[in-house]
Amino acid sequence: MEAQFLIAGFGGQGVLLIGQLLAKAAMHDGMNVSWMPSYGPEMRGGEANCAVVVSDEPIGSPLVTEPPIAVIMNKPSMLKFTPSMEKGGLMLYNSSLIDIEPDREDITAVAIDCNGIAEKLGNARTANMVMLGAIIQRTGVISIDSAMEALKATFGPKKEHLLPINRAAMEAGAEAAK
Amino acid sequence: MAVVYEKTKMLTDKPLHYCPGCTHGIIHRLVAEAIDELGVQDKAIGVAPVGCAVFAYDYFNCDMMEAAHGRAPAVATGCKRVNPNNVVFTYQGDGDLASIGAAEITHAATRGENITVIFVNNAIYGMTGGQMAPTTLPGQVTTTSPYGRDPNHCGYPIRVSEMLATLDGPAYIARVSVHDVKHIMEAKKAIKKAFQMQIEGKGFALVEVLSSCPTNWGMTPQEALKWLQENMIPQYPLGVKKEVE
Amino acid sequence: MGQKMLMKGNEAIAEAAIQAGCRFFFGYPITPQNQIPEYMSKRLPKVEGGCFLQAESEVAAINMVYGAAGAGARVMTSSSSPGISLKQEGISYIVGAELPCVIVNMVRGGPGLGSIQPAQSDYYQSTRGGGHGDYRMLVLAPSSVQEAVELTQKAFDLADKYRNPVLIMGDGLIGQMMEPVEMPEYVKPELPEKTWAATGWKPGCGRDRAIINSLYIDPNVLEQHNRKLFAKYAVMEQEECRWQEEMTDDADYVIVAYGTTARIARSAMRKLRENGIKVGLIRPITLWPFPNAPIQKAAEHAKAFLTVEMSMGQMVDDVRLAVNGKKPVEFYGRTGGIVPTVREIVEQIENMAKEAK
Repeated sequence: MEAQFLIAGFGGQGVLLIGQLLAKAAMHDGMNVSWMPSYGPEMRGGEANCAVVVSDEPIGSPLVTEPPIAVIMNKPSMLKFTPSMEKGGLMLYNSSLIDIEPDREDITAVAIDCNGIAEKLGNARTANMVMLGAIIQRTGVISIDSAMEALKATFGPKKEHLLPINRAAMEAGAEAAK
Repeated sequence: MAVVYEKTKMLTDKPLHYCPGCTHGIIHRLVAEAIDELGVQDKAIGVAPVGCAVFAYDYFNCDMMEAAHGRAPAVATGCKRVNPNNVVFTYQGDGDLASIGAAEITHAATRGENITVIFVNNAIYGMTGGQMAPTTLPGQVTTTSPYGRDPNHCGYPIRVSEMLATLDGPAYIARVSVHDVKHIMEAKKAIKKAFQMQIEGKGFALVEVLSSCPTNWGMTPQEALKWLQENMIPQYPLGVKKEVE
Repeated sequence: MGQKMLMKGNEAIAEAAIQAGCRFFFGYPITPQNQIPEYMSKRLPKVEGGCFLQAESEVAAINMVYGAAGAGARVMTSSSSPGISLKQEGISYIVGAELPCVIVNMVRGGPGLGSIQPAQSDYYQSTRGGGHGDYRMLVLAPSSVQEAVELTQKAFDLADKYRNPVLIMGDGLIGQMMEPVEMPEYVKPELPEKTWAATGWKPGCGRDRAIINSLYIDPNVLEQHNRKLFAKYAVMEQEECRWQEEMTDDADYVIVAYGTTARIARSAMRKLRENGIKVGLIRPITLWPFPNAPIQKAAEHAKAFLTVEMSMGQMVDDVRLAVNGKKPVEFYGRTGGIVPTVREIVEQIENMAKEAK
């Protein structure tokens, strides 16, 4: 089993965190993982993306150049990465900020109203966790429980009070992706 | 019979290689006496430069490091940070310190690195054969300024002590000369003070010593000392440029 | 082995160095290695006797390393290609003065400012010395974050053992990538006392005056010094050569690749094996000394070699020297920060197999 993800959006949207939680949770589930960010002279608000590979075998390239699974949080990323997607691939995209659909007939596209759902839950900043819930629902690579364990470790005691709202966001995202 | 004068134990028995009339020998002696009198021979670590004093590690009777050209303050920084109880000093010429090593000395000074710097300024590159230095005076003839240093073409000499004294980091900066006995005694005092500052943990101390180079200036030793007094001191005024309490 | 953590290559290397007793770090910012100095600046002040200092330049940083190593400390610096070029002066002096230290190069594209993306185009610079003069450095090339950790700790021991700098050669990808890491419990091997270090001396203190120096003005003495250095390098060649071989026993085609490129070559090898082409992989872990032995052995039965690098072809020269004309040695490389893909490597080998028929 090998799952390759490309997760892209604006810097500040939490796309790197989605990837890290995915990788951390899968690692704790006993899988081989890699997380590779794009790096460069990018500032807040610029584009950010990361590649995550989860595998039961040693991982070769940590780069994902033809994503079988693309997680797209904003419109520029949709335009940039749609053409390179693997045939038959799965795209999860944030329809709150993207008013178009991917122009590919040979992929499955799932629209998730990440910001809308997050706002309804009362915390707009959990839009990325809504998307993570959707990823979990659609791929089954990790569970919400293991994602929450990873988030707990990332947040530390100072932000522990934010765990319930994040769990709610993941669950809502999973529901939306059904 | 009473001993009135003896060789300092901070100098080895190795004969100095310096040209006749060169004042490096005097400055070596002053540094050695200062360390000796402060009783820190067993803590002293010297960093030798590239330039005429490149063999200083053969002369100072303590642990020594030989640095790349201009890098002595960085080497001294690494050494001092590892063993802060050591008394670490660099001994550098004007090409080494003020030209290729301008960045290293400036940043060691601004960090307030707790080291002592002996900066020997003779307004010329000695070892390589008398080329123009960053401290060469306007109009001064060298092998790379054969028509005299033209400031319109290659700029003005750097007053290192005044420049570094503008920084907040240094604890003590002074310029002295060794052209006569009176000034040699004053130079000794300044050098000893610069070591004292380090021992007391006060921070970066630099003594700029105006020095002669009869060989490359093309003068007798006496003429050279006179030239130093008459030409270098007006360009490089003596005195304490900075001193913290 | 401790707990499994997800760590960035750069941070893992920094932590591994601290675990191995590195207490001094001098560096200067440059992408893509900034997490090493950043990590050190956070951690070292909290470790007893630890000191992080941001130098005014790479030139100053490497000379601070010289001073700290000369005083007997375990010390490290890191940079990326343009910064490593600046450090070459100091590295040459460190070798000449026989000082131990660890240098990390997270290689980026060149020449000049080049790019900040991963590359392997500093192979020549790393394996031939790099600065002026006749010398070598041990060059360790990790291909995973876990291996980077293990090699970093080993690097300090090797540096002390041989009194010679050791270079960790990674690339932007190894530095930036996060992978699971188990931090090994560092056990210091038996190493000679640093009686040569400059720590303060007085007559009768039981050792000679320490003179940390690379100047030998007498030609005969300098030649002796060079022979002494090369006697050390001969021992390194005997004892420190490391590599990994995979499926080379029955391989018709052998890929030679290191670091990041070796990971991709491994995936390509698996795919090619699925397609019925017998491919093996030789992954040099030490780039110097270069693992000639497994390549010579493979040259006995393999039909051809393919060297894959993120450069226009540098290590391929060493592969050709090892193969010594016995079999064809092909090359495939990408540069500019572009990482070769599995598909590209598969195509290369498939073409070689086609041509052979």
